[in-house]
Amino acid sequence: MSMRKVAVVGAGMTKFMRRALETGKELAWEAGKMALDSCNLTVNDIDSVVIGTAPDAFDMVHMKSEYLTDGCGAWRKPAMRGFVGGGTGVFSVCQGWYHIASGLFDTCLIIGEEKMSSCVPHPQGAFVTCWDQFTESPLGASLLWFFAWEMNRYMTVHGITEREIALVSVKNKRNALDHPCAQLASEITVDDVLNSEVMAWPVKRLDVSPTSDGAAALVLASENVARRITDKPVWIEGVGWCLDTMYVGQRDLYYPKYVEVAARMAYDMAGITEPSKEIHIAEPYDPFDYKELHHIEGLLLCDKGEAPKLLADGYFNRDGNLPASPSGGLLGVGNAIAASGVMKAAELFWQLRGEAGKRQVPGKPKKGVAQAWGDEMQVGTVVVLGI
Amino acid sequence: MSEKIKEWPGVALKDADIKEKKVLFTEWRPNLKYAWDTGVGYGRYFEGLRNGRIVGTRCNKCHRVLLPARAFCEWCFRTVDEWVYLKDTGTVNTFSIAYTGTQAERLKEPRIPALIEIDGSNGVGIMHLLGEVDPKNVKNGMRVKAVWKPKEQRQGAITDIKYWKPFEEGTR
Amino acid sequence: MQSRVAIIGIGYTPFRVVTPDVSFKEMMFEAAFKAYEDAGICPRHDIDSFINCAEDFTEGRSIFDIHVPDNIGAVLRSIHTICHDGIVGLIGGYMLIQTGQFNIVAIESHSKLSNMLTQNYLTAHAMDPVFNKPLGQHPGYIAGMEMNRYLHETGTTKEHCALVSVKNKRNAIDNHLASYGDRITTEDVLNSETTFYPLSRLDASSPTDGGIVMVLASEEKARALSKKPVWIRGVGWCSDTPTLESRSWSEATYARIAAEMAYRMAGIKYPKKELDLAEIDDTFSYKELQHMEALKFCRKGEAGAMVEEGVTEREGELPINVSGGSLGVGWMSEATGLQRVLEIVLQLRGEAGKRQVPNAKVGLAQSWRGVPTTSGAVIILSSE
Repeated sequence: MSMRKVAVVGAGMTKFMRRALETGKELAWEAGKMALDSCNLTVNDIDSVVIGTAPDAFDMVHMKSEYLTDGCGAWRKPAMRGFVGGGTGVFSVCQGWYHIASGLFDTCLIIGEEKMSSCVPHPQGAFVTCWDQFTESPLGASLLWFFAWEMNRYMTVHGITEREIALVSVKNKRNALDHPCAQLASEITVDDVLNSEVMAWPVKRLDVSPTSDGAAALVLASENVARRITDKPVWIEGVGWCLDTMYVGQRDLYYPKYVEVAARMAYDMAGITEPSKEIHIAEPYDPFDYKELHHIEGLLLCDKGEAPKLLADGYFNRDGNLPASPSGGLLGVGNAIAASGVMKAAELFWQLRGEAGKRQVPGKPKKGVAQAWGDEMQVGTVVVLGI
Repeated sequence: MSEKIKEWPGVALKDADIKEKKVLFTEWRPNLKYAWDTGVGYGRYFEGLRNGRIVGTRCNKCHRVLLPARAFCEWCFRTVDEWVYLKDTGTVNTFSIAYTGTQAERLKEPRIPALIEIDGSNGVGIMHLLGEVDPKNVKNGMRVKAVWKPKEQRQGAITDIKYWKPFEEGTR
Repeated sequence: MQSRVAIIGIGYTPFRVVTPDVSFKEMMFEAAFKAYEDAGICPRHDIDSFINCAEDFTEGRSIFDIHVPDNIGAVLRSIHTICHDGIVGLIGGYMLIQTGQFNIVAIESHSKLSNMLTQNYLTAHAMDPVFNKPLGQHPGYIAGMEMNRYLHETGTTKEHCALVSVKNKRNAIDNHLASYGDRITTEDVLNSETTFYPLSRLDASSPTDGGIVMVLASEEKARALSKKPVWIRGVGWCSDTPTLESRSWSEATYARIAAEMAYRMAGIKYPKKELDLAEIDDTFSYKELQHMEALKFCRKGEAGAMVEEGVTEREGELPINVSGGSLGVGWMSEATGLQRVLEIVLQLRGEAGKRQVPNAKVGLAQSWRGVPTTSGAVIILSSE
């Protein structure tokens, strides 16, 4: 059976902010309305809704997607919430894809929403209850431990330095200067990163993306409908998602195998055999600077351990061979978990249509990959978009 | 179209807006309590810790040691074959020196969480903390040994091991 | 272009009020292992994608999907969590297979509600944080208000509702999986203490533990692997408004819209005639009646009489909740929908033992996510 083609036809997002005046519902509505307006549709044209939102512990509402439905345009519609931790944003694009590719629907509104600031004193508190309740949480495990371990292991195995990694933060925060929604855009130096306060060695303050409030939305349509809506549809050519075991001690943290498995699933679907040549632009998940490099390797865009060298050579700059996080990524635009994943797909949508304004990468890119990560160093979610 | 949009939605608040109550907000503390059953695998693991030893299980299909002990092998998706008893010594696979706590607060004394590969497990690690060591001296590959709570204080919990300290072969 | 999708494997643990002998992980493993054996497949090679249905705060873990893949054979495989009732998980699997990119998909959901010690506060935590949470009431009042309005608008009586509790608890006696089977009378229900007027204690279901896993397959795989595939003929799901202040309090609009979608797909025009049995939401006794009307088994206001006349008894024209429903089996959180589908599958396979409905060929299962939501799903299954 041949696959039913699915296109992205509209996108929208709110500013990403440390603390938004809007409720989660209002943020969702703002992004959704903007996405619908961008392709001249109304909510009445929408058959189905996918809600992407990370732990309920942020917004502090049990069954958060139920609470959000009306803000997401899902009133009296089929609404589904897929959830794979930090990977949720990009996964919701995969989920919207299967709504339409299944033949059940012709249109789908995808909303990624996060209101992290509702969790006080600090949104990081929401992660306290993530880990194994018997073997991990009682030790006072914090989110940063896992990142620090992984970064340490990545550096140790490949002989990578903190200085090499810091360049990701510099690049992404600089890219974000051109993003109208960015929360932490700035011109910083590698030394600024290295001299920033140590949070959990080797992780320092400026290695880390901020916590954010925000929402982002996409409108998906089946081929026939998409061609009526726009003459510039961006096709979802491949989707992939994967979870590894939760037992971190049972595997090696130096390489994100789960991202590779998800990427291979998406590339197979898209008919991509040499990703490093066929992908023109990437939005890898960058909640921490080393994570972008880690994920570029997992996405098979370069060899293991090679990403830092390519980064230093300018390969991942906006005008480089393979622009990575031209949006400014989570480090620059902000990390409103699920909203950020949708933002990454939205960035590809704008870039591939040549509508990214000051952020536009040169050379008329034709194929892009967006990826998110999540859970206990465990989830890879990948979409390949193309024109 | 992204380049044509002048005003992007969203209103950012400042800390002062909250402190000075310029915006209205409600507060809520959920009253949620749980009591989780440990089950067969973890139950035996914690019973082992109470008795001062580390218990794993083995799958005879993939020949892996599973740690912490579990009732089934997630890789082969079958029940495990036997219990294995491991030494309380191991090697640091990776570590961090954490200066912030779970609520992102600054800690006075850093904590040193580490992934410790337990001897006899063929490289399987458990999460725990290091102690009796200057953070400057912690290295990947360092040999460590469990420091147990006194027997009467153990509760059958992961915290029955206080922390792991560096040790040299042949010493206690 | 639509091909067909079938349920080819079912696995479940016994449903019990407490399950101190196993962890939630071991419970998931047992149900999954049995489902894969039932389908005759190896999860590590044969299953293309996995779906889990769970909510973080029910489990007491933020990002619960962390804890899922190991327990259902999904390590390093394609798997995601859907925060919804298990029937919506099945619909997710149905859609995956309909894309043509997946042949076999497994769906898991479980209840370990005995580990959740403050269920009422958990439900309260689902309320709107600005408008409703500050009122600080036990959320049961929402069911009381809804029942009150439903009775008022339809002329249905408390006695009608009590009959539902009597029927479902009696049906559960013949279900070895059920936790709350009992022989009670309408007087017992009416005389049980009022909890949230007009709701009484015996009008409400109580929680139970258990794990359920189902395996879905494309038509080609189903025919190759299964002697008794149970086909999915229609699906539908819907969210009405979460806002208490603007919802319909007498009608289950979400169930009506979801059913319309499912009937359209299945080509069903006269559900009462065309369905052989139904397992529908009875979290509270009045909900079964309200849902019967939304599902178009009868007109608005006629459900009470339909129960009174015995139409929905096991031997009636349209048996409803032969398993015992949530009132008899126990309420299983997100797994509740799968418990209802499980009963339909057993009935259509002819494996329902003492409670077998003769010649059952087409069945419907429906779910509601409970207070304070207005979300639900419908699935129509047939043996042919």
